[in-house]
Amino acid sequence: MNALATPPKNFEVKPKLAANGEELGELLEVSMGPHHPSTHGVFRMDVVLDGEKVVKLKPVFGYLHRNHEKIGENISYLANMPYTDRLDYFCSMTNNWAYALTIEKLAGLVVPERAEYIRAIMAELTRLQNHTCLIGFFVQDMGALGTPMMYAFREREKILDLFEEVSGARMMCNYMRFGGVRVDVNDEWIAKTKKVVADYSKFLDEFGTFLTENEIVLARTQFVGVLPKDLAINASITGPMLRAAGVNYDLRKVDKYGIYSRFNFQVPVGEHGDIYDRYMIRVLEMRESIKILEQALRDIPVGPVMDPKAKLRGFRPKAGEVYGRVEAPKGELGFYVISDGSPNPYRYRVRPPSFINLTILEDMCLGHNISDAVVILGSVDIVLGEVDR
Amino acid sequence: MLGEQIIKGMAVTARNFFGSYFSKNRLTTVQYPEERLPQKGNTRQFPFLVYDGDDAEKGLRCVACQICEKECPPKCIYIVKSKDKKPDYKGQPQIYPLTFDIDISVCMSCQICVEVCPFESIKMNTEFELSTADRFGDLLLTKEKLAKPNSYYQKIHPADAAESDAVIAAEKAKAEAKAKAAAEAKVKADAEAKAKAAAAAAAAPIAPPPANPPTTT
Amino acid sequence: MFDQLDQIFVNALHWLVGFVPEVLRPLVTPLICISFILMVFPAFFSIITIFERKGIGRIQNRYGPNRVGIPFTKIRLAGFGQFLPDGLKMLTKEDIVPRAADKLVHFLAPVVMLIPVLLSYSVLPFGKNMTLADYDAGLLFFFAVGGAVEIAVFMAGWSSRNKYSLLGAMRAIAQMVSYEIPLILSAVSVVMIVGSLKLTDIIAHQNHYTFGIAHWHVFTPWGFIGFVLFFIASLAESNRTPFDLPEAESEIIAGYFTEYSGFKFALFFLGEYLGMFAIIGLGITLFLGGWTAPFSFLAWIPSWIWFFGKLTAIIFVFIWIRATLPRLRMDQLMNFAWKFMLPLALINILVAGIWHYMAADWQRWLVCGALIAGAYVLLGRGLMQNQKLGKRIYRYAE
Repeated sequence: MNALATPPKNFEVKPKLAANGEELGELLEVSMGPHHPSTHGVFRMDVVLDGEKVVKLKPVFGYLHRNHEKIGENISYLANMPYTDRLDYFCSMTNNWAYALTIEKLAGLVVPERAEYIRAIMAELTRLQNHTCLIGFFVQDMGALGTPMMYAFREREKILDLFEEVSGARMMCNYMRFGGVRVDVNDEWIAKTKKVVADYSKFLDEFGTFLTENEIVLARTQFVGVLPKDLAINASITGPMLRAAGVNYDLRKVDKYGIYSRFNFQVPVGEHGDIYDRYMIRVLEMRESIKILEQALRDIPVGPVMDPKAKLRGFRPKAGEVYGRVEAPKGELGFYVISDGSPNPYRYRVRPPSFINLTILEDMCLGHNISDAVVILGSVDIVLGEVDR
Repeated sequence: MLGEQIIKGMAVTARNFFGSYFSKNRLTTVQYPEERLPQKGNTRQFPFLVYDGDDAEKGLRCVACQICEKECPPKCIYIVKSKDKKPDYKGQPQIYPLTFDIDISVCMSCQICVEVCPFESIKMNTEFELSTADRFGDLLLTKEKLAKPNSYYQKIHPADAAESDAVIAAEKAKAEAKAKAAAEAKVKADAEAKAKAAAAAAAAPIAPPPANPPTTT
Repeated sequence: MFDQLDQIFVNALHWLVGFVPEVLRPLVTPLICISFILMVFPAFFSIITIFERKGIGRIQNRYGPNRVGIPFTKIRLAGFGQFLPDGLKMLTKEDIVPRAADKLVHFLAPVVMLIPVLLSYSVLPFGKNMTLADYDAGLLFFFAVGGAVEIAVFMAGWSSRNKYSLLGAMRAIAQMVSYEIPLILSAVSVVMIVGSLKLTDIIAHQNHYTFGIAHWHVFTPWGFIGFVLFFIASLAESNRTPFDLPEAESEIIAGYFTEYSGFKFALFFLGEYLGMFAIIGLGITLFLGGWTAPFSFLAWIPSWIWFFGKLTAIIFVFIWIRATLPRLRMDQLMNFAWKFMLPLALINILVAGIWHYMAADWQRWLVCGALIAGAYVLLGRGLMQNQKLGKRIYRYAE
């Protein structure tokens, strides 16, 4: 018997104990990830299984940590803008907006009307493509062989084309600036966007017939991974997850940042807080986003897109501290910045929605199957770029 | 009834299956090397340096001010200033970059360098087929590889190039006007000084103060 | 002439055997047939993998493989040359055996997987007079041999000493054992009507026509629901979506063959597909008339073309389902097998009995059809409402 033949250490099974300390059987500890097909990147779940039932789950992250906050403190305010793209790389536009909003608050810049409209359009397009991708990924986690995901990506590509045309990049847009947006959109772009938005509800209808009431989807998602209302509030969950749990809290309505007070839209609210609610809330939110987009594209005024007071080189906001937040597609995305009057922030901190939404993963997964754990993780909607920063 | 929605879902996939043979909307893939998508509006890939005229060395707009090097978020630009000066497009002597390297394996195509450049000298390229066999040498773009003529810029981004040309032209016109004004002023000052000197010489034998020639700034 | 074409393989066999001395003929004849099966079905498998990739690609609005054609030329054959590099890649990949694996069992599992699958081909009639071994209890033989696949799956899962493999193997055993019951029970109704376990007899029973339409079993109420049950159970038996839990990629990587690579993985892949073909072939024989034509005016087309045509058509449905549906969960899978399929299969046996004893007129259709439809609707409703599943209405906050 050579040393190589001994089994590796991690293949340990733990005894399962009854209340009186009696051994009932064995628990299996599985380390799912970071190289697992459905952990959405490099996330790891340390799962303890009783048969296939999850009895303990420990989320482990940090594999994608890249020092975002410290880098932000060492480079100028402007140079940090492209780094915010890389937080949640699905929604760089809302990340830009949140950061720009924060620094505008700090420096007292006023965003021109047209830029506000462009920002709202970009944010809602981002929300559309993020939610589309999410439902695609999430049905793939349930085992559909990539078909919903490919349909989602097909539609997302149209929106990314719009982004590329204006900002120059599909995902890492780096589009917003303190006091406005970098480049103006032209009428041709607005016409194209109108067409994409008009076609989008057709896609949503098709996707709805494809999956929304599919018996297997219903069986896999209803009453699975329930997140109770009080737990959601206590764990400071935000975004569609919180609304699916039945809490009416949408920063677009609460803060009315930007020009959201001008648009007529509603906030869908779930009842059970299970996976199906989370999925449906996102679908309904997309419909509301389409409404907002239609209004914004109709009303967009002409004018400048940058605050004339804003300057690119040598930008030094006055000393102070500020917290700015927006309703990103995944939840409340906030930036906390302390300025000491120098060209770079003294302290820079991000409140990432997916990181905070991930904290209650164990509570949702306990007692469910390992297959459900994967789907529950998918329904949380995480992006590891934002979780690990 | 059980299975009804499953059948409906299968009808959707069947529609997509047949649709992919007829509708371009359902089959969006582009067969890349043979087919290419048209370039989109403001597409950007990696930076390049613009030069005017035909000579990359002489017409380079960059004056090695190092603002882009300082502002670059991932710090992928490396500039060494020259000791001597050479005339720029306005005809003024300027410092020029001895070395201007961009490591495009580090560059994240954010366009910050383009925005902060006060001299319209660094712009974004649209070239994306940059794969090489040499991971270090070929991905480090030197000044020679980065320099592209203004006509190239006009070709890839016509609207932006026109804007930048207008800025340059305005600068040039301003500089010329200024130089002209300065020259006129000099002539005038010289004439005045001469007249004064003559008058002074006529009036009293005091040495006239040397006329300060206005410096071009 | 068409008869010649129909019997071309049979005649070729006789012609080949003619060269062999009389004494050796009983030995040589099966050998030739076996080599034929060993050639045809793996070749069919390699073509089907490309069809599957291209079909799923089209369903997903992609092209699928469309580049590889004949090597060293510019002819692309719409990508159908892809199976050659795929196969070469599989063969030349490094064979990795985990350090802690039980090496002998790990090595044996793919072989044990393949052999029963190949054995089950011996009783399938691929065409008129084209059965390798026409046993009296051919159906029984098929199910008996098919049951051995589970051992291979468990061997693979256990010997790999990998937690995902173990979970996959456990799931596979539970699933295959559960679905074997509706599979066999749905076949029982056919046996009851035909009165024979011999597969050629079952085909002969379906090979006659009224008003030009064949008497396939699928065209009767009990045969239709029997076919649906058989179809679902064969999806589960061959581990295809929505029953692909043993190899659920998004949950347990690749299930029981997570730790297999290279040629062993290729053997698993081959075994799985050949198993699928075999079980579809049986389904065709039992319910879709085997190698017979659906309409009498089409009966001139050679029988083996009908068999392979039907096989390909059903494989397309498998691919279509695979590209559409998400996967069930383990407990739902079990619920579905024991609370829906098993009762329905038992009711189907009853209906087959009623069908057999009632006079052959429209009343028989009405009674049997009503029984089947009622049972299906009630059982289906029970399955969904038991878990309070259904559509939801959402409210908007103001």
